[in-house]
Amino acid sequence: MLDLTWLLIAVPLASSIVLMLAGKRANPWGHWVGVAASGSTFIVGLGAFIQMLGLDSEERAHAVHLFSWIPGGELNLDAGLLVDPLSMTFVLLVSFVGTLIHVYSVAYMEHDPNRRIFFAYLNLFVAAMLLLVLADSYLLLFVGWEGVGLASYLLIGFWNYKPEYATAAKKAFVVNRIGDIGLIIAMGLMFAYLGAVDFETVFAEAPAASTATLTAIGLTLLLAACGKSAQFPLQSWLGDAMAGPTPVSALIHAATMVTAGVYLIVRSAPIYAGAPAAQTAVAAVGAFTLVLGALIGMAKDDIKKALAASTMSQIGYMMLAAGLGPVGYAFAIFHLVTHGFFKAGMFLGAGSVMHGMKDQVDMRRYGALRTAMVTTWITFGLGWLAILGIPPFSGFWSKDKIIESAFVGEGAQPWILGGAALIGAGLTAFYMSRLFFMTFHGKARWTDDQHPHESPAMMTVPMIILAVGSAFLGLILAVGDRFAVWLEPVTGHVEHHEPVLPVPVLIAATLILVALGVWVAWRKYGAADVPETAPAASLSTIAARNDMFQDSVNRAVFERPGTHLTRTLVYADAAIVDAAVDKQAEAWGKTGETVRRTQNGQVRSYALTMLVGLVIVIIIVVQGGL
Amino acid sequence: MDPINFVILAAILFAIGSAAVLLRRNAIIAFMGVELMLNAANLSLVSFSRIHGEIDGQVMAFFVMVVAAAEVVVGLAIIIAVFRARQTISLDEPSELKG
Amino acid sequence: MVNPLLFWIIAALTVIPSLSLLFARKAVHVAMAIVLVMVGLAAAYVALGAPFLGVVQIVVYTGAVMMLFLFVLMLVGVDQREDLKETIKGQRWIGLLAAGGLGAFLVSVVARVALPVQEETVGEPDVIAEVLFQRYVLVIEVLGFLLITAAVGALVLTHAPRLKPRRTQLEVQRDRVRVGANPVNKPMPGVYARHNALDVPALDPEGQPIEDSVSRVLKIRHQTQDGAEFRAQLEDPARKDTEEGR
Repeated sequence: MLDLTWLLIAVPLASSIVLMLAGKRANPWGHWVGVAASGSTFIVGLGAFIQMLGLDSEERAHAVHLFSWIPGGELNLDAGLLVDPLSMTFVLLVSFVGTLIHVYSVAYMEHDPNRRIFFAYLNLFVAAMLLLVLADSYLLLFVGWEGVGLASYLLIGFWNYKPEYATAAKKAFVVNRIGDIGLIIAMGLMFAYLGAVDFETVFAEAPAASTATLTAIGLTLLLAACGKSAQFPLQSWLGDAMAGPTPVSALIHAATMVTAGVYLIVRSAPIYAGAPAAQTAVAAVGAFTLVLGALIGMAKDDIKKALAASTMSQIGYMMLAAGLGPVGYAFAIFHLVTHGFFKAGMFLGAGSVMHGMKDQVDMRRYGALRTAMVTTWITFGLGWLAILGIPPFSGFWSKDKIIESAFVGEGAQPWILGGAALIGAGLTAFYMSRLFFMTFHGKARWTDDQHPHESPAMMTVPMIILAVGSAFLGLILAVGDRFAVWLEPVTGHVEHHEPVLPVPVLIAATLILVALGVWVAWRKYGAADVPETAPAASLSTIAARNDMFQDSVNRAVFERPGTHLTRTLVYADAAIVDAAVDKQAEAWGKTGETVRRTQNGQVRSYALTMLVGLVIVIIIVVQGGL
Repeated sequence: MDPINFVILAAILFAIGSAAVLLRRNAIIAFMGVELMLNAANLSLVSFSRIHGEIDGQVMAFFVMVVAAAEVVVGLAIIIAVFRARQTISLDEPSELKG
Repeated sequence: MVNPLLFWIIAALTVIPSLSLLFARKAVHVAMAIVLVMVGLAAAYVALGAPFLGVVQIVVYTGAVMMLFLFVLMLVGVDQREDLKETIKGQRWIGLLAAGGLGAFLVSVVARVALPVQEETVGEPDVIAEVLFQRYVLVIEVLGFLLITAAVGALVLTHAPRLKPRRTQLEVQRDRVRVGANPVNKPMPGVYARHNALDVPALDPEGQPIEDSVSRVLKIRHQTQDGAEFRAQLEDPARKDTEEGR
């Protein structure tokens, strides 16, 4: 099965192409082709996983050579796949969650006339995402990286007849491109200083490279990760990306694609090992984003945007863990997996709610849905408990480990990072509880024409499966550090480090903060009445509602100066560059005008020139003894 | 007398021929200058053939004559064509290629 | 070794006529001078032990090439006199300097060369033929192609396609009447048999000479007589009598 991993990419890609080209005749069966393609990836992935379990941990990195890709002089690159525990984790996550969301989408998108195209895009995404995680070189990874970016763009703008949705798609695309520039520069640096872009060579050469080189590569990779994973300062696209259909938000903008940045950082561990400054930057970005996302999440009334803010914040946790170095890599991926389950589950729950509420997304018009949508309530509730980090649900096992790891270290760093993680846990508890209570508890604040109802089984079954995962996956994987041991061939074995505070104290502190957050949220949104329109609020709330003015900041810091810079450059181009070229052309014209006179059209003149030249040549030949 | 003197004679004839090409405006006279230059070259070939005691120089001179005959045919045909078009064979007349 | 007297004769026979290239005004004179040069060169070839080449030189150059030149000269007009005044600024002096410099330089270089002269190899036709048709047979073939191509090329170049249909005599006559020209033949020249009558205009009944009766060519050459003398004879009875009395 390990050698068949290329099927993981080929099958969904082929299915995607078929669905795109088949036209309307594929309408009756197209979505099932999509589901089958996605399901087959899970089967292949599972087979490969079982085969890998049978191997010793040292032999679990399996290289699949596909073809010679760029046979060019110094850059000689083969396209190949690297199947190791890390990529296998992603394969299972992407194919499993992806398949569930495919099934969910069959029902969710039932009334959309372009359902087959939607599935074509979803399959394209699955193919690209699997290529991203399976690639054995940065360049092939980049192909997948761009592929998921394209799929994300297409799916955010799936309903592009609404201008604001099309704009959101464009925004995501443009912001992602900024991150891509980071990855391109990183690859250029690798090629220039390490001589290759494939993982094997780069990681073998990395320890010998200078700290400055590795720091530069690390920071550019961080830029790439920030773009893809919506981390500060490139976080602005994620909220708007919720314009896409909800299954897309669940699959791409919560569970898989946005975590590609974390994958990139963890995969590049050997580079960060030699660049402590870049590593610290990763952790700092993660810590800052997790608080920022949590603050934004506290004020959002749009259920999907609140979840998007939460995603941002949770990925901040992962980046923080990834920035801690080998101590945190395993926990970053662990949290990524559990988050993939519970956040996807909650997004599907949100989709289910919207399905029942005629696409209403304002939580102020929800309330008391627990009676109308019991299954959704329970599954969402399990996700809620998981993200809160209540033992024994999944989030507890992964998030608490990150908080613990953040407190490891010396000097001020553990107190800052750990403090941010701890506060973030409390804030998370508050805004997730606020979301949960506003949606499912309190009084009904529905508009008159809304008659909430439970979604069909094809939607609830995936939600149930994900909810089960949210509840127990963490426990299963955390027992005996199974997950960390599984990832050891990639992340390396790490001795246990003692945090600056005792572990029980940290757990207790976390749980107290979480309980506090839940209690405040209950007092405000569960027990009390929630106004149907957002009340006037303090400056800080307004800031949070407006995503911390991220768009205004971007406009003031980048767009306006950029516009002026461009105008200046255009002027300079016309006044200096063009003028110089014009003057030069003029000079050449005048030279030509002068030289032209030698071409007088008189054959005898030409003959004279020839003869004079002949005399000169003969004299040179004879006298020079040539 | 040393046959090398014929080479000197050839050089003089060549110079006269080239001067004719440069100075005369009548196309036919200039063309005869070209012929004189070719013959000067032939003379030097034959002289060297004599000096080295090899027959190849004469053969080369023969080839030059054949090529010159072909050249004369085409060249005179061109002169006639130009004359038909312009009623003159002055070399200064056709200067359409003036830059 | 060559007889010095022969050499000097040949040198005079080639250099002096070839100077006509620079100084003669009429192309015909130049062509005839070049024929002399060619003959001189043929003599030089014979003197240098190349009798076959000497004969070929006579046949090809004096017999064919120079005759071709003369034909073309006849075609474009024998009488074209060339104005030797230079029109391109500096062309004459730079040209003379370059040509003279080339000649002087070559002469000075060659004069310093001393080559051992080998045993004479006489270029009899059979000797040449062996070399030509054995070692150089391929070149001969190629030259054959070249000559054919040149001949065809000359035909193509000199062929003038008829652009308009040929005018018949009838049409020519109609056009002449239309523009009001004299519809009949011009009068014949030369009414007086005592002279070469072609160069004398005819006299009309009033005794006036008719200029149109004389050939245009003779007029251009200034070889005509104006006929006044004969008119005087007509009017002078004394002279008329002497005529009659003879």
